[in-house]
Amino acid sequence: MSTAEQAETAAAQLKIVKDATCTFCGCVCDDMELTVENDRITKAKNACVLGKAWFFNHHIEQRPQATIEGRAVSYDEAIAAAADILLEASYPITYGLSDTTCEAQRVAVAITDWIGGTVDTTTSVCHGPSGMAFQGVGEVTCSLGEIKNRADFVIFWGGNPAESHPRHFTKYSLMPKGEFIPNGRKDRTAVLIDVRRTKSAKAADIFLQIKPRSDFELAWALRGLTKGVDIDPDIEHKTGISLETLTDMMDRMKRAKFGAILFGMGLTMTRGKHINSEAVLALARDMNQHTRWVAKPMRGHGNVTGADNVVSWSTGYPFGVSLTRGYPRFNPGEFTTSDVLARGEADAALIVASDPMSNFSQPAREHLKNIKSIVLDPKLSETAKVATVAFTTSTYGINTAGTVYRMDDVPIPLRPAFDSPYKSDYEILKAIEHRIRERQLSAAVS
Amino acid sequence: MTLLCIQGGTVYDPRNGIDGEVRDLWAEDGRIVEPPTDASRRPDRTLDATGLVVMPGGIDMHCHIAGPKVNTARKMMPDEKRVSEPVRRTRFTRSGTTGSVPSTFATGYLYAGLGYTTAFDAAVPPLTARHAHEELQDTPILDKGFYVLMGNNHYVMQQLQDGEPERLKAYVAWLLGAAKGYAAKLVNPGGVEVWKSTGGNTTGIDDAVDHFDVTPRQIITGVSRAVHELGLPHPVHIHCNNLGMPGNWTTTLETMKALEGWRGHLTHIQFHSYGGGAGSETSFCSEVAKLADYVNTHDNLTVDVGQVMFGDTTSMTGDGPLGYFLHKVTGRKWFNADTEMEAGCGIVPITYKDTSLVHALQWAIGLEWYLLIEDPWRIAMSTDHPNGSSFRAYPEIIALLMDKTRRQEVLDRVPRRVKERCMLGELDREYTLNEIAIITRAAPARMLGLERKGHLGAGADADVTLYQPDADIQRMFELPRYVLRRGEVVVDDGELRNHSDGTLFHVAPSYDADALPDIQAWFEKYYTIQFRNYPVDDSFLHDHEVIPTRPLGQTP
Repeated sequence: MSTAEQAETAAAQLKIVKDATCTFCGCVCDDMELTVENDRITKAKNACVLGKAWFFNHHIEQRPQATIEGRAVSYDEAIAAAADILLEASYPITYGLSDTTCEAQRVAVAITDWIGGTVDTTTSVCHGPSGMAFQGVGEVTCSLGEIKNRADFVIFWGGNPAESHPRHFTKYSLMPKGEFIPNGRKDRTAVLIDVRRTKSAKAADIFLQIKPRSDFELAWALRGLTKGVDIDPDIEHKTGISLETLTDMMDRMKRAKFGAILFGMGLTMTRGKHINSEAVLALARDMNQHTRWVAKPMRGHGNVTGADNVVSWSTGYPFGVSLTRGYPRFNPGEFTTSDVLARGEADAALIVASDPMSNFSQPAREHLKNIKSIVLDPKLSETAKVATVAFTTSTYGINTAGTVYRMDDVPIPLRPAFDSPYKSDYEILKAIEHRIRERQLSAAVS
Repeated sequence: MTLLCIQGGTVYDPRNGIDGEVRDLWAEDGRIVEPPTDASRRPDRTLDATGLVVMPGGIDMHCHIAGPKVNTARKMMPDEKRVSEPVRRTRFTRSGTTGSVPSTFATGYLYAGLGYTTAFDAAVPPLTARHAHEELQDTPILDKGFYVLMGNNHYVMQQLQDGEPERLKAYVAWLLGAAKGYAAKLVNPGGVEVWKSTGGNTTGIDDAVDHFDVTPRQIITGVSRAVHELGLPHPVHIHCNNLGMPGNWTTTLETMKALEGWRGHLTHIQFHSYGGGAGSETSFCSEVAKLADYVNTHDNLTVDVGQVMFGDTTSMTGDGPLGYFLHKVTGRKWFNADTEMEAGCGIVPITYKDTSLVHALQWAIGLEWYLLIEDPWRIAMSTDHPNGSSFRAYPEIIALLMDKTRRQEVLDRVPRRVKERCMLGELDREYTLNEIAIITRAAPARMLGLERKGHLGAGADADVTLYQPDADIQRMFELPRYVLRRGEVVVDDGELRNHSDGTLFHVAPSYDADALPDIQAWFEKYYTIQFRNYPVDDSFLHDHEVIPTRPLGQTP
């Protein structure tokens, strides 16, 4: 090869992809500038440490496209086997859906509808309780740009954004200058409420170290203060925060022009769960008597918000939906996957873009290992290892285009960086759906 | 290429002057065609329409069926779905849930089940247009589109403040193309911005909006003019300021006048027709007559009603402060979402009771509009689904319009004082089938500028609904015998046939490319996504069609 040809080849194998979207966390930053060399992302400008890990670790791995019981098979054979498992099951479940595109999520829900299964997403182990709280109380919220442009008082509660959503402070909630926040950080007061002093505390002006298992009482006391109710000073004994501190905080909250409570798993996954979320949502709502306030769950995985939206518009319910009677029914605890598996109720599972074998309870994992499962994942995850039928997929946002939803329900397109030899979740699910429909429609009408 | 003959039905096609004539209809390749001149050309399919009433497919030009606000309302109301009839999966069709905010598949099937073949979502923030498109893709059978919220848009207000009508016009055009939307929508212009920044609201159209120092009147006039110059198929679509407030009829009249003769469509006008004193229930009354009088004498205006019907439903609106107001008044759960730079939204469940003077008056006021507007071509039926009621109430509304004794029965049942506060009791008019066909088909099609909809002349889309006549008008319209979309039977005696998709209609008005750098600079300063990721690409859409615009100065 001549020097000129070599240079040309080298140039052809390096490209820059601008305005790309990172889907690691709920921030869904779409200002990534990716440098791609030989089917690997070598630079990810604007990405935080989590984003970099996401981009640098999703290169193409050499694995079989499809396996049955761990042995490599043809794609078509695997599709047929997957369809068989789902059609023959009495209680099939579909789970996960958070790390994939809306286009794929829609097909997964369609499959579950056709076979009369149960569909649940990772919401149920994350902000599901916030979803339930919202069903009871409502929610006063906004898109992240409203926080950037207006919020002069921000409370982070039960979360550690510095580590879970590293660019949140810079992009949305603390640092940016906004339309009505000309001086950025200087115009804002930041409060952190948590059971221990995390990295996020450094970013806050006020840190309230709350005793574990007392978030509900703290939120309820604050609610009382919004309404001018006399609060028992004993609140300090329960929460570790004095009434004086709380009263001072409420005064500041009332004087804010636009306040936001951004809350995380510290509320939704501890004693009280959805009751904690309800208390915080109600507090933000009540504050609107005095001035503008919002509350937002800090959502995790890239497209869990998309999964919520897709399942909601298709069935009417956000997660934990049973379609077994031929129409949607909703009951967290009854139809949520971790519970269904722990009770040994499902006899087949379709797991897409999530890894329950890494984080579900022991009984749930035991049962999942013992039933037939179809797993779609770009990696050989713990769940893929126990799968009956496993598909290696391309990675959304890196190889595959589609739509994802940011934590504030703003839909954002993906800009893939390089192609993958593996098929996308969407293509595989479409093929499974097609096969299922073929068999269903050719069966005699009963 | 199959030739369909719909034989011997009693056809109502107001646009083509056909008022209950028995005649055949022919359709091929999804369109109505002239009868074949070659007598030997036999139809490949025949539908026996003997004794059936034949109308174009219904058109709902203002409903809330797709997008973030609608989906939030779905999620928020699991309690309703528990006690509502679900939509069961069939061999060919998907399952769903109902209540006041049906899931998407259910929405398409339920509309089709009523003989509706086109529907437009009334209010989508352009930042979340993608979401509306995805939901519309999962709303089967219906042809559809949506209106883009602009009345509290910061760029719009900035151009008005700076006195830059050309930039405003370019932005409106660009925004519609970016969102792949159909029309410009104003919701409580200026008022939502006041709510977002201070928790307050505008009280009249000459209240200046802080920071931008523009008034609702300027927003109304400015955007109407831009829409007029762009030659969009549908005029500016306005949800007036002060919705729901006693005495708001004056705001509505001022809004009509602010249009200065340009075409305008005032939506769910029922909610904007109230007399009485501010905050006073004891003087709440109907002022429809005065407003109808103005509409009757100013043919640049069209309206849709936004009929209230008794029962449980969900209010969902881009009018953020209205949501807060309803929450305070009813004490029920409340959702609010402010969208950066663009819009707001409020959702509160609501129950309209026939024992309530105010609710019963709202019901009466809606009906007064239908009965007092002289030209049915300028009024479209709507419930502002689901705000006034579900779209599933249309058959009942038709019955109320066609049968005055039915109205009287309700009037006799509701609080006595309703009759004193409105004139419904004195209105004897009864709608004919022809007029029903106008307000549910032909008029909305004309208002929307959809040439191929709302009629059954050659070239029209073969969207046809066939009804079995019944003395019980409500029952007649509740269960069409056949519903066809583009010449294919989609509903047969209440049973859905194959699940089919509809077409998305949108506009693509041209704009001066020199206007873009300023838009981009503003966008990049204040939004939180990349400029390039904002517009919806053509490739994202499923079946879609651009409806042409007729800008001023260009030959149509």
